[in-house]
Amino acid sequence: MNLHIAAQINSFLAALVLLTAFGMLVQKRVYGLIHLFAWQGFFLSLNTAIVGFVADRHHLYISSVLTLSLKVFLLPYILHVLIHRLKIRKEVETIVNIPTTMMIGIALVIFSYHLTAPVRELSNLVTRSTIAVALATVMLGLLMMITRKHAVTQIIGFLALENGLFFAATSATYGMPLVVELGVALDVLIAAFIFGIFFFHINRTFDSLDVEQMARLKEGD
Amino acid sequence: MAMNSSTMLLVLLGVPLCAAAILAFVGDRKFAPEINILGSAATLATGLGLALEVYLQGPMLAGGKFFFVDAFNIYLSVLTSFVSMTTAMFSRGYMRREREHGRVGKIRMRFYHAMFQLFIFAMLLCLLTNNVGVLWIAMELATLSTVLLVSLYRTPTAIEAAWKYFILCGVGIAQALFGTVLLYFAAEKVLGEGGEALLWTNLSRVSGSLEPTVLSLAFVFLMVGYGTKVGLVPLHNWLPDAHSEGPTPISAVLSGLLLNIALYALVRCKVLVDGSTHTHQAGNIMMGFGLLSILVAAFSLLRQKDIKRMFSYSSIEHMGIATFAFGLGGPIATFGALLHMLVHSLAKSAIFFTVGHASQMHRTQEMERIRGLFKGNPLVGWGLMIGVMAIVGMPPFGIFTSEFLILTATMKDAPYLTPFLLLGLGVTFAALFRKVQPMVSGDIPSYQRPVKAAHLPVLLHLALVLIIGIYMPAFLNTWFHTAVELLK
Repeated sequence: MNLHIAAQINSFLAALVLLTAFGMLVQKRVYGLIHLFAWQGFFLSLNTAIVGFVADRHHLYISSVLTLSLKVFLLPYILHVLIHRLKIRKEVETIVNIPTTMMIGIALVIFSYHLTAPVRELSNLVTRSTIAVALATVMLGLLMMITRKHAVTQIIGFLALENGLFFAATSATYGMPLVVELGVALDVLIAAFIFGIFFFHINRTFDSLDVEQMARLKEGD
Repeated sequence: MAMNSSTMLLVLLGVPLCAAAILAFVGDRKFAPEINILGSAATLATGLGLALEVYLQGPMLAGGKFFFVDAFNIYLSVLTSFVSMTTAMFSRGYMRREREHGRVGKIRMRFYHAMFQLFIFAMLLCLLTNNVGVLWIAMELATLSTVLLVSLYRTPTAIEAAWKYFILCGVGIAQALFGTVLLYFAAEKVLGEGGEALLWTNLSRVSGSLEPTVLSLAFVFLMVGYGTKVGLVPLHNWLPDAHSEGPTPISAVLSGLLLNIALYALVRCKVLVDGSTHTHQAGNIMMGFGLLSILVAAFSLLRQKDIKRMFSYSSIEHMGIATFAFGLGGPIATFGALLHMLVHSLAKSAIFFTVGHASQMHRTQEMERIRGLFKGNPLVGWGLMIGVMAIVGMPPFGIFTSEFLILTATMKDAPYLTPFLLLGLGVTFAALFRKVQPMVSGDIPSYQRPVKAAHLPVLLHLALVLIIGIYMPAFLNTWFHTAVELLK
């Protein structure tokens, strides 16, 4: 494959990842959110496989398959089952209004481009132009966790943030060494089990997954 | 001989992992706490054996460069296994009483013991791994293994604390992973692709040729990431909740050990960044975070009503002191910081042991209701009093020595910061004494119930803090000096 075309495809997929990140920021429906997350994982996985092919890094194929099975199938499936079992309301609210959130999101993307400029200049990889998008995905995940007050939404924000980190590793360095990638995937898997258990505990104790209700631990005055 | 010691290193990691598996299998049998103690004791014995090897033969690599030991991580490994053993001893009686009070059930006790050992494994892996990426993974594992221990009592506040801990530390540590990616990006240009480029021993060798702009950017992310786990202000929000809502043995190891491990990771990264940038930028950032932590924690201490919350803020303060000292750099401050990590860990876990007893005697963590400890149980009362005297830095305890060293270095290298440091120490001193004095003195309140306190862990820890303060053993001195050389 021609390197120029590869760079184009890479940028296109990065744009799609960023688009899904913005979509998640404003999506109110829980199921819609999970689908967007699965799509983001799919674009990432595709991108990783293409980078692996173009750059001839075979360990990226493993990362790609890992992402596909974990982020596109397993995690969305677990979330689906949990939401079904816990009978969660379909709508979730954002606390900051949508236009403001979008504006903050855009500012974060610009900030990411500014921050990663030195890395971009030093890199000679095909994927160098997408490092900023990776950091932006991390930041947007963070923003989502701050603006949403629902336990499920916060977890999806957290997972989207983790997607951003994975993307960063692929675009800055053609992926971390395999042992690290596997370890991170294992941690994400353990985290998934823990938040699953948590949803049940929170739901039973607070009768809702609204994190706003958890405000008992304040500074004593 | 080399074979021998590298096997020992693998055994050191293997013991807690096997103990976790055995305890998960044994469950809530009568002898589970004893297995827990035995496992930790075996870990400690191996740790001491390995320490002797390192003391005699110097640093070494093991497991195909995957693990390494030097003066810096071996003393923390011994400390970790020692405190885990004494905590297991303390937890035996404590958790048994919690069961009798009906706060935990059968399944949760099985979970508690298995997770305790897994947590020790994760911390030792953090310390001993040579791979900066695996360091991150182990740190995340240490967080994950303790999240559900914080919520063990299933009360609304415990679940809230654990959720906060899970989310905030998860987000924080994600920043550290981004920092690690940037570090790998810089390292790959010098060391080539693959696992070799993330090995700390390789990185420290070539740190001079790593790209400084990338490394300074990486350090910002690493600082925020690992700084969250160290509990530095303003990233500390989760810490007082997580440390006060969980069972007391877990508070003791979280405050006494996990904070140290996170600081260890941060310091390892700082060495690389310093080697690359040749400026004091990373040190300055650490000094800023450290000083802010000292001051904010000192003034927050004053307002606390919950005894475990108060001592959690004290942990933030002490981590601030150590971070500040590492940031300041130079042989005296670094020596002070290394010593401070050791003595704070010992004193703080001893305090948590006595606090656990005190709150079980009164069935509350509210300081207003804890009274008459001297008369009620002299060991608990005096243990708490002496522990507090040690932690505020009174001579002749070890914390006095470390804080004195750090203050001296501050007066020499950054004299304009000395007043702030003294203010923080002074306010903490006053606040802790004001709060602790009424709890230990006075008559026994009617609702106080006697408990059979675990003597040995408290006495052992406080005796060590005292001994280190009066006479520093020669081997410790050698280790610290070697570590100071390493961190230059």
